[in-house]
Amino acid sequence: MSAQSAIVGIGQTRVGQIPDRSALQLQSEATQAVLADAGLGIGDIDGIIATPARVEYWQAPCGVVANHLGIRPRFMATVDLAGASGAAMIHQAVMAIESGQCETVLCVTGQNLLSNGSRAKAVKSMAESGSAHPQFEVPYGPLVPSLYALVAQRHMYEYGTTADQMAQVAVTMRHHASLNPLAHKRDVITIGDVTGSRMIASPLHLLDCAIVSDGAGAAIVTTAARAKDLKHPPVHLLGAGYGVRHGPIGEHMKLTETGAIDSGRTAFGQAGLRPADVDVAQLYDCFTITVIVELEDLGFCAKGEGGAFVEGGRIGLGGALPVTTHGGLLSAGHPGIGGGFFHVIEAVRQLRGEAENRQVQDAEIALVHGNGGVISVHCTLILGGPSAA
Amino acid sequence: MTQIAPDRPVPVPDALTAPYWEAARAHRFALPRCEECGRFHFYPRSLCPYCYSPRLAWTQASGRGTVYSFSVIHRAPSPAFAADVPYIVATVALEEGPHLMTNVVNCAPDNVRIGMPVTVDFLDLGDEALPVFKPVLVES
Repeated sequence: MSAQSAIVGIGQTRVGQIPDRSALQLQSEATQAVLADAGLGIGDIDGIIATPARVEYWQAPCGVVANHLGIRPRFMATVDLAGASGAAMIHQAVMAIESGQCETVLCVTGQNLLSNGSRAKAVKSMAESGSAHPQFEVPYGPLVPSLYALVAQRHMYEYGTTADQMAQVAVTMRHHASLNPLAHKRDVITIGDVTGSRMIASPLHLLDCAIVSDGAGAAIVTTAARAKDLKHPPVHLLGAGYGVRHGPIGEHMKLTETGAIDSGRTAFGQAGLRPADVDVAQLYDCFTITVIVELEDLGFCAKGEGGAFVEGGRIGLGGALPVTTHGGLLSAGHPGIGGGFFHVIEAVRQLRGEAENRQVQDAEIALVHGNGGVISVHCTLILGGPSAA
Repeated sequence: MTQIAPDRPVPVPDALTAPYWEAARAHRFALPRCEECGRFHFYPRSLCPYCYSPRLAWTQASGRGTVYSFSVIHRAPSPAFAADVPYIVATVALEEGPHLMTNVVNCAPDNVRIGMPVTVDFLDLGDEALPVFKPVLVES
C-alpha cells in the first residue's frame, strides 16, 4: 500500500462506568478529543465512518452520527464487522481518501453498554443478539463466553494449552491497564486470581472474559499532503486484510483455526512485512483464548504454540512482542462494537511515541487485529510510523 | 434439564429450516444432503456449500456422533436456564460429517469428554422438540 493517506488524530473518552451519557454524547466527546488532537475543526471533516449502536436502534447510523455532529459529508459509510469494526473503519477511510472521494474522514464509534442497562440485560441481549444462531444454538442456552469456551476446550485438548497459560493473558492485560489512566480496571491481578475466579463457562473463568464498559473512540484519517501541516507525526496504513471461515461457532469444522489466517496473510503481503517485523501487536482480546489463537493464526508462532508463547513475559511490555498495551477488552474496557477501536488508538500512540509508561521502545511497525462474531469475522491492519512511509 | 422453564427460548422454524423441526417433532433426526455430490451439511443452506447445487434433500441421519468440544455453563444466559446450571453445551461431530451445537444430557458435567460417543435424543419444548445428545454408554 502506498502512503497517500495518514492517521492524524486519535481521541477517546475515559472508559468505564460513565452514567448519564448516551451513545451520541460519548461519541461527541470522542470527536471533540480527536479534533483537538489533530488540530482540525469539524468543518474540515468531509467524510464519516460510523458503526451501529447495540444499545439503541439507529436507521442509517452514519447519517445519525453525521447529523448529530453537524457534518455534511461527501462520503459516508456504516461499518459493521462487530468486533472487527474498529480496524475495518480505518482501512475503509483510507480507501475513501485514496480513491479521491473525500479528503478527511472521521471514524467514530462507542456506546454506553454498561450504563444503558443492567449487566444482566447486556449478557442476555448478547446471548440472543446473533452471537449464537437463533434456531440452532440459542435454544441450548449458550452464554457468549461458552461459545469461546468451545474454542478454548478444543485448544486444550489438541495442544495441551493450560488454564494458567490463558490466565497469563488476563494478567498481562491487567498490568498494561494499570499503566493506562483511561482504563476501566486497573488493579493488578495474579494467575491465581484468574484461575480462582468464578467459573463462568468451563474452561473460562470470570477473569478470562472481557469486561462491559461505557466509552467511545475516534480517529481522523486524511491525505498525506494534508498530514504534513498537522500537529502529529503521521501514521500510515501499510496493509490490511479481511477473513471469515465460519459463521455460528457450532457448525465450525476446525475450532482452533480462524479467518485471521487469511486476514493476516493479506495484510502482511500488502505491507511486504513478516510477523517478525512487528514491534507491537494490538490483538483483539474478548477472551483470553482469543489472543492465543490470534498469535498462531497471524503467524507469530506455530499452530498449537500460542499457550507457550504468552508465557515468560513475552507478550508484556519489555517482552519480545508486547501485545495490546493499553490493557484491551479484558481490562481497559469493552463498550461492545467500538471495543476494538481502542486497539487502533493505542497502536497510533505507540507509533507516535506517546504511550508514556507503556511505550514500546522504537516502535515503528504495529499490527492491529479485530475479531467479530464468535471468532469468525476478522480484520488485520499493519500500521507504520513516520519513518515507515 | 428436567423441568422446562416456561420462558425458555424455543426455535422458530422458517421456510428453509421447517423440515428439520418437523422431523424433530416426530423425534426423527434429518439433515440436508446434496443430491448432486452426496455430501451432508448443517446448518441448513440454500445451496450445497461444497458443489453449489440447489438439489438438496432432507435425509434421515444416524443421530450418532462424538463430542467435538464442550463447555459446562455455570452462569445462565437468562433466567430461563437458571435452574439448569451446571449444564453442558457441546458441539458434536456427526457421523455424516457436519458439526452442530447441542446439549449433552444424561451425563454429569464432570464426565463429559471430547471424543465421547453420543447419540441423539429429543427434548420436547412446547410445540417443538430439540435434538439433544446423550452418551452411548449408560453411566455406572
